[in-house]
Amino acid sequence: MSTTGEVPAFFKSMGSDSPSRPRQKFCGMFCPVEGSSDSKTLDFDALSACRGKSDGRVIDRQTDISQPRKVEIRESTGKEALQNLDDKRSDRLLIKGGKIVNDDQSFCADIYMEDGVIKQIGENLIVPGGVKTIDAGGRMLMPGGIDVHTRFQMPDRGMVSADDFYQGTKAALGGGTTMIIDHVVPEPGVSLISAFEQWREWADSKSCCDYSLHVDITEWHKGIQEDMEALVKDHGVNSFLVYLAYKDVFQLSDAQVYEVFSVIRDLGAIAQVHAENGDIVAEEQQRILEQGITGPEGHVLSRPEEVEAEAVNRSVTVANQTNCPLYVTKVMSKSAADVIAQARKKGTVVYGEPITASLGTDGSHYWSKNWAKAAAYVTSPPLSPDPTTPDYLNSLLSCGDLQVTGSAHCPFNTAQRAVGKDDFSLIPEGVNGTEERMSIIWDKCVVTGKMDENQFVGVTSTNAAKIFNLYPRKGRIAVGSDADLVLWDPDVTKIISAKTHHSTVEYNIFEGTEVRGGPLVVISQGKIVLEEGNLHATEGSGRFVARKPFPDYVYKRIKARSRLAELRGVPRGLYDGPVCEVSVTPKTMTPSSSAKTSPAKQPNQPVRNLHQSGFSLSGAQTDDNIPRRNTQRIVAPPGGRANITSLG
Amino acid sequence: DTGHSHPSTLNDRLLIKGGRIVNDDQSFHADIYLEDGLIKQIGDNLIVPGGVKTVEANGKMVIPGGIDIHTHFQMPYRGTTTVDDFAQGTKAALAGGTTMIVDHVIPDPGCSLMEAYDQWRQWADEKTCCDYSLHVDITHWNDSVKQEVDSLIKEKGVNSFQVYMAYKDYYQMSNSELYEVFSFLAERGGIAEVHAENGEIIAEEQARMLQMGITGPEGHVLSRPEELEAEAVFRAITIASQTNCPLYVTRVMSKSAADIISQARKKGNVVFGEPITASLGTDGTHYWSKNWAKAASFVTSPPLSPDPTTPDYLNTLLSSGDLSVTGSAHCTFSVAQKAIGKDDFTQIPEGLNGVEERMTLIWDKAVTTGKMDENMFVAVTSTNAAKILNLYPRKGRIAVGSDADLVIWDTDSIRTITAKTHNSAAEYNVFEGMELRGAPQVVVCQGKIVLEDGNMHIISGVGRFIPCSPFPDFAYKRIKARKQLAVLRAVPRGMYDGPVSEFSLSRGGTPSASARTSPTKQPVRNLHQSGFSLAGPPITPDDIPIRPAGRRIVVPPGGRSNITSLS
Repeated sequence: MSTTGEVPAFFKSMGSDSPSRPRQKFCGMFCPVEGSSDSKTLDFDALSACRGKSDGRVIDRQTDISQPRKVEIRESTGKEALQNLDDKRSDRLLIKGGKIVNDDQSFCADIYMEDGVIKQIGENLIVPGGVKTIDAGGRMLMPGGIDVHTRFQMPDRGMVSADDFYQGTKAALGGGTTMIIDHVVPEPGVSLISAFEQWREWADSKSCCDYSLHVDITEWHKGIQEDMEALVKDHGVNSFLVYLAYKDVFQLSDAQVYEVFSVIRDLGAIAQVHAENGDIVAEEQQRILEQGITGPEGHVLSRPEEVEAEAVNRSVTVANQTNCPLYVTKVMSKSAADVIAQARKKGTVVYGEPITASLGTDGSHYWSKNWAKAAAYVTSPPLSPDPTTPDYLNSLLSCGDLQVTGSAHCPFNTAQRAVGKDDFSLIPEGVNGTEERMSIIWDKCVVTGKMDENQFVGVTSTNAAKIFNLYPRKGRIAVGSDADLVLWDPDVTKIISAKTHHSTVEYNIFEGTEVRGGPLVVISQGKIVLEEGNLHATEGSGRFVARKPFPDYVYKRIKARSRLAELRGVPRGLYDGPVCEVSVTPKTMTPSSSAKTSPAKQPNQPVRNLHQSGFSLSGAQTDDNIPRRNTQRIVAPPGGRANITSLG
Repeated sequence: DTGHSHPSTLNDRLLIKGGRIVNDDQSFHADIYLEDGLIKQIGDNLIVPGGVKTVEANGKMVIPGGIDIHTHFQMPYRGTTTVDDFAQGTKAALAGGTTMIVDHVIPDPGCSLMEAYDQWRQWADEKTCCDYSLHVDITHWNDSVKQEVDSLIKEKGVNSFQVYMAYKDYYQMSNSELYEVFSFLAERGGIAEVHAENGEIIAEEQARMLQMGITGPEGHVLSRPEELEAEAVFRAITIASQTNCPLYVTRVMSKSAADIISQARKKGNVVFGEPITASLGTDGTHYWSKNWAKAASFVTSPPLSPDPTTPDYLNTLLSSGDLSVTGSAHCTFSVAQKAIGKDDFTQIPEGLNGVEERMTLIWDKAVTTGKMDENMFVAVTSTNAAKILNLYPRKGRIAVGSDADLVIWDTDSIRTITAKTHNSAAEYNVFEGMELRGAPQVVVCQGKIVLEDGNMHIISGVGRFIPCSPFPDFAYKRIKARKQLAVLRAVPRGMYDGPVSEFSLSRGGTPSASARTSPTKQPVRNLHQSGFSLAGPPITPDDIPIRPAGRRIVVPPGGRSNITSLS
C-alpha cells in the first residue's frame, strides 16, 4: 500500500530510462515474483513446445527439404543392426531430443522404453548401459496412429479383400499407424462369437501391429443379444456396428436398431452405424439399372448423399431416444457431416468418422472412362461427386465436429471388381487408405493451418483411444503407455502411387497426390519397424487389445442422463363416467396407435385399479416437482381436479 | 360432380358495398357484386339489377373465405364415429369464417380406395353446408391400389394422397413403399401428403411407458417425443427429393419438425408444411392435467409439444412463409369415446377440435402481434391451400369469376372461446378460456349469407364436391423443370476384357449391394452394342453427361477407352 501522491515503484522507471534497458514489470498481479525462477531447475522454454531450443532448426528444416535428413541411431555396443527383434536388449530404446506431441500439449523430453512400454520421460534420464538411442533432432514424436476402421481379409461372396492382416497392418505401419481396429462381419445366421473367433485366428496369425475388433450386427434375435453380452464381458469388445443399408442382407429395421441400441447402452458399449437408407438405395439402383446405366457411375447415382444424411439423422434420433452413444462410420458427405455437427450442438453423444478417402479425394472419378479406375473408388457410402467435400470435411475435423479418422481400408483388385463389370451393384465395395491416412490428414489439415499438431494427434490417435477405452494405454505418450510411437517428419514430401504403396492392389485412389509429412521412424511395441524407409514388420507379432465397456469419455454423460430420464405418471382419480362401446374387432379403426404395440408386448394391459397401484414404479407420488426428461421442457399444468370426469 | 340447383335466384344476388378487398397480394377498396354463387363484378359504382340485397361493409375487410385443408368429420372409429358429422362440422367451419373444407378419406387397410371414396362422398353430399374436397389416405400399397389411385386422379377429382409413417402394423408404410407411392404420384401429378412420425420407435416407447406404469394421457406425449416427428419429416423429405415429388407435411406440431421443413425449403425442396389450429394456439402441458377428460381431449398425433414456446415459434414460421398452409385436423370425440383409453393411453382415440377457431386464432396470434399482415393472413388461411389443391383462382381469391365465398372480417371483435358456445358437439374445447381478437362478421358461402350478426342460416346438403385436377402449377412447375434436368447418362466405356474373379452367387455377406437387385434385372447384354439405349443417342466422349440438378460433378479427367488399362 502506498500513500496518496506517491507513485508506485514499478511506474517510476517507466519510459524515462534509457532504451537499452528493457522495461520490466514485476510484482504485478500476473507476474512471477522477481527472481523467483533463478535457482529453479525448471526450464520453461523447453517445456513449452521447444521455444528457443529448436526455433532455428525449424526454419532451417523448411528451407532445406531437398536434402533428406537422417535420424541418427546409436548403440553404445557398436552393434549395427537396428531391427534385431530377437535381441533382448533391443526392447530397450532411448529417444533423445524429440518434441513430444500429445493431444493437449507439446514439450521437449527424452523417452525411455523397455518391454514395449514407456518407462521414463524427462531430461537426463538414467538408463541402463547399452541402450539403443535415437537422436530425434528436435523432430516431433507422437503417439502412433490408430486406424479405427479397417476391413482386412474380409470375405465377400467367396472372394477375400486383397489385403490380408499381414499386408494390411504392414501398410498401416508404413504410414505411421501402429494399431488398427478391424470389423468382424458375421454372415447372417452365423453366431457372433464364432465369427469373432474366426477373425481372432486370422489376425493373431498375421497381424504385425496391435489390433482390436469391432463386431457387426447383421441380424437381430435373442441369440445375438446373448452373444453381445458374452463379447463385452469375456472377449474385450465394446463396439458394435449396425447397418441401415444393404436391404435384405444386413439391414435392420428402425425397431430392431432401437432394440440393439438399448442393449448396447445397457452393456456400456458404443453403437456404430453404417448410415445409408437401404430401402431408397435399393429402389434407386433398380431405377438406374433400368435406365441402362451399369458402370461405376451408377453406384454414386444410386446413393446420393441425401440418403446418407437421412440415415445419419435417423440413427441420431434413435440414439437420443435410447440414450445410447452413437458412432457414425464413414462420413462421406457434407450433409451427413452437417447432421452430426448439428446433433452435437444439441447435446447428442455422437461421433463422426470421416475416412482417408473422403478427406483426400472425391467422387468425380466414378465417371472415369477407365472402368477399372472408376471401380477402384467404389465404396459405400460413395465418395461425393462434389469436389469441395474433402476440404469441408477437413474443416469439420479440425473444429472438432468430427472426431476420429479411419481408413475403411478394404481394397479389391481389378479382377475381383470385374465381377460387377456389367452391373455396378455387384462391384465389391471398399477403397484403400490405411497407409495414406496420417499423411493425407497432415497435408490437408496441418499444412493448410486448419489444425495444429496436437489436434492432429487427437484425430489420428487420441480420440479413437478415448472413445474405445484404450486411453491412456494407447493414444498418448506417457509413462506406462504402450511404446507405439512415430517420429514425424513434417517436411518430407511424397507422391502416392500404386507402384510404391504397401497394399497389394493395382490402383491407389490417391494416385499422384503429393503429400507433405510422413513418418520417419515408426516404433511399435517398443521395436523399430520403420526406419529410413525400410519396413521390418514381423508377421503375427500383433496382439489383440481387449477393450472394457463404459469408456469414460463417452459414458460419463450417458450415465448422468439416464439418472435424469426417469418418467412419472400423473396420479389421477378413477374415471367413473360413461365409456363408449367398442367393437371388439378393430375393423374401422382410425389413426390410433393401438394396433401397433404388438400383441406380444401387451400381456400387461392395465386392468388394474388406478387408485391402488397406478404408479408403483414411479416412486413418490407428489405431483409437483415431477422429474422429466432433460430434453423436454414442461410447464406445470394448470391445477387439475381430482375427479377426472369433471368438465373443465 | 357439382350438381345442386338453388331454388331462389333472388337470394343469389348480393352486393357488398364499401368493403376493402384483401387478397393474398394486395388490398384495395371496391364493391363486389355476386350472382349465381359467383363473383360477377368488382369495382366502384357497379351497375347491378334492382332489388339486390346489399351489405354495407363500412370499410371493413372482405377476404376470401377460409379453406380448412385438413378435417376428419364423421370419421368412423371402431364402430363409432367422431361426434362432429359433416353437418355439424361444416356448420362450425362456417361460423369461424371457413367456407370450404378438405376432408380425409381413410380406407381400412386392405379395403378398396374407391369404395371408401364413394362412401365419404355419400356422407358429405348428404350433409355438408359448404363446398368440400377430399384427400385420400393410402393405407396399404399394391398394384390394385396403384390402379385406384390412378383412376381417383383421372376421374374422381382427387389430387392429394396421404401416407402414414406411424401406426406400425396398421397404416405405416416402409421406406420402399413410400418411394414407390411418391414416384407414382410424381408421375401422375399428385401431391404426396405425409403423416410424419417414426412409428417403429413410437411402438417401442409406448411399450416402455406402459411397462413403467404410465397409462394416462401424459404417456401419449412421452412416447411420441418431437424428435420422432422431426426424424420422419426429414426422411419423408429425403424420399420426396429422391423421387422428385412435391411433399406436403400434415400437422406440423413441433419446432424441430418445422425447422426441418424450413431448412429443406432453403435447399430448394418442394415441401409444404401445415401447422394446425391446435399447434398454433396451445401446447402440450395439458397432458399432465389432473382432470383425465381434459388431458385426453388434447390427445392427437403427433402430439402437442410440451414446450410452451412452440405456438409462438410456429406462428413466426407461418408468417415468414416457411410453413405454407393451415388446417385444423378437426376430429372430435366425446369424453365417453376418449374413455375407451382410460386405462391405456394408446387406446385413446386421437383428435381435437379447431375448425371453428382456426381463422380467429391465427388472426390473434399472428396478425394482431404484427408477425404477418392481412394479405399473408389470407394466403395462409385460404389462397395457398387453393393453389396447392389446384383450385386457384376459383377458390382462395376475390376476383371476377371466382366462387362467391367471402368473409367480412371484423378485426375489433373480441370473444372468449369456450365449449359452452362453440358449434362443435364435443364437451371440451382445447382452446377453452382463450380471449381472441378478430372474427367473421358476415360469411357468404356460395353467394348466400350464412352468418350475419351472429345468426347462422345454413342448409345441410348444399355443399358441392369440388374436384381437384392433377399437376397444380404451384407445386409442379418446379418439379417439371427438374424432371427435365434429371436425365442420367451412363459413361460409354470399352468392354472389360481383363480377368474376372470367381464369386459365389449366393451372397456370402459383405457390404456389397448385389443381392438386392433382383436377378431378373441383371443386365446380360453386350455393353458395346446396346448399353445406353435408354439414355438417348450415344454421346461422344467429349459430351459432358447431364446430371440431376443439385449434383455438382466435375468433368472426370479424360479417360481411356480401354477399360482395363491401369493408369
